[in-house]
Amino acid sequence: MQPDIFQLRQRQSALFFVLLSGLTYGAILLTNYDVVQGLTAIPRAFVWATANFIPDDEAWQRLPRILDKLRETVLMAISSATVASALGLAVALLGATTTRPHPWFSPPARAIASVFRNIDVSAWALILLFSFGQSAITGYFALFFVTFGFIVRVMIETIDEIGTESVEALRATGAGYLAIITQSVIPACLPQLISWVLYMIETNIRSATLVGILTGTGIGFSFDLYYKSLNYSSASLVVLVIVVAVLLIEALSNAIRRAVL
Amino acid sequence: MTLPEPARRIRVRPLTRANLSIQATLIGLTLLTVYSFTTFDSRNIELEQAVRDMFDNFRLLLLEPRLKNVSVLEMLHQLFVTAGLGLLTTIFGAIIAFFLGLLAAQNLAPRWLTDVIRGGTAFIRAVPTVLWVLFFAVSVGLGSVAAIIGMTFHSAGYLIKAYSESFEEIEPGVLEALRASGANWWQTIFQAVVPASASALLSWTFVRFEINFSTAIAMGATAGAGGIGFDMFMASGFYLDLRELGAFTYAILAFAIALEWGATRLKANLGPQRH
Repeated sequence: MQPDIFQLRQRQSALFFVLLSGLTYGAILLTNYDVVQGLTAIPRAFVWATANFIPDDEAWQRLPRILDKLRETVLMAISSATVASALGLAVALLGATTTRPHPWFSPPARAIASVFRNIDVSAWALILLFSFGQSAITGYFALFFVTFGFIVRVMIETIDEIGTESVEALRATGAGYLAIITQSVIPACLPQLISWVLYMIETNIRSATLVGILTGTGIGFSFDLYYKSLNYSSASLVVLVIVVAVLLIEALSNAIRRAVL
Repeated sequence: MTLPEPARRIRVRPLTRANLSIQATLIGLTLLTVYSFTTFDSRNIELEQAVRDMFDNFRLLLLEPRLKNVSVLEMLHQLFVTAGLGLLTTIFGAIIAFFLGLLAAQNLAPRWLTDVIRGGTAFIRAVPTVLWVLFFAVSVGLGSVAAIIGMTFHSAGYLIKAYSESFEEIEPGVLEALRASGANWWQTIFQAVVPASASALLSWTFVRFEINFSTAIAMGATAGAGGIGFDMFMASGFYLDLRELGAFTYAILAFAIALEWGATRLKANLGPQRH
């Protein structure tokens, strides 16, 4: 007799939810999470915010200084993403199946990308603090490494997706390796690359805030400074400025994406 | 017979809008990068020496890892605390995002409602996770509660967008057929929408779990959420112990690579997915 498919499906989803509930309960115990406190904290936080987490006159006077820090952070996010992507594209060309000079190049390229990408940006910042101290260079390299790992991975996939036809066609005409890369592979994957660079810039601005708290630079440092000195109205202005900047950059990069893709 | 010589070079790359935008974007990014290097606040660091130090430090970090202030068991425990933070916030975020994602999908909810929810989630996503956590920490104090609420907020914002886009990819005909047969809203959701988008939802949720694991490390380091991130912060800023930091780095690297491998397997098993 054929098993009842509905019963089977029901049993499977029941098992799935039991397993998930078990994991959730285990994680609550492991992290010492107080569920009741967690639920009551949300309304409490927003009530507190309406009274205290609003920029006042004093905070608005600090706006030029905050904007200066924001400029520093945004520029760092853009330049680290751009340079890392250029380097990432070069490594991806060496690692991708269609463009690698030798099959032996692929495993190391993928392994390097995996290591750089899978160490979190905060961990990179903590490591780089030993060499560069509390400076913008620490944050720059932390963002750089993570972006590099990410771009190598996605560009290897993109180059392999483009396929071998155009490469084979150029090879048949007698074009050299460099000509094939610059005339066929790079133009074909440039729109995708730009889309990923823009994505990494968006990500990096958020990560730069985090890294700034660890390394004492940029807008993250501004927030940390006001936050730790309990100057919540100035801290709220920093948050507001970050939100506006992130939304503007998202809108801009969506416009570029629509034009490019 | 001789072929007429072409008067001028053939335009290989036509001046389309797309090509112009590509060039403008590349030039813009290059100029901004160059400009940012001229304004870099390096705080008088000898760059050459520092880069040499960096390679030395990498050697210590990667080739001589060892634990000193915590035991292996303790480190594994902290790693699982971090993973637990990531898991809890992903599950809470996914539950919230499932319901709000339905209301944010244009084929399932009225336009005004989707606009409100999308605007709200765009705002939530624009605030970096660490700022959400520190914001909640004012009311509940630094610790796992603030970290979990803050990370859940950001996860929900991310997943609402991802889920609602998955819901919108469903064939309109399927929904129409169910509606025509008299199915109510919840019946259309559970008989058509959920089965059709389940694999996409699962795949997005797993991606977010990977992100949340990384975020949980960062929250341990910056917002007192505990876990391995806090141990790394202590090894880096307090004990100045690169070798111990190396051991922690290997631990998070192994876990993250295992997660990535799991995500790839999941995607392969679920058939062709968006990427």
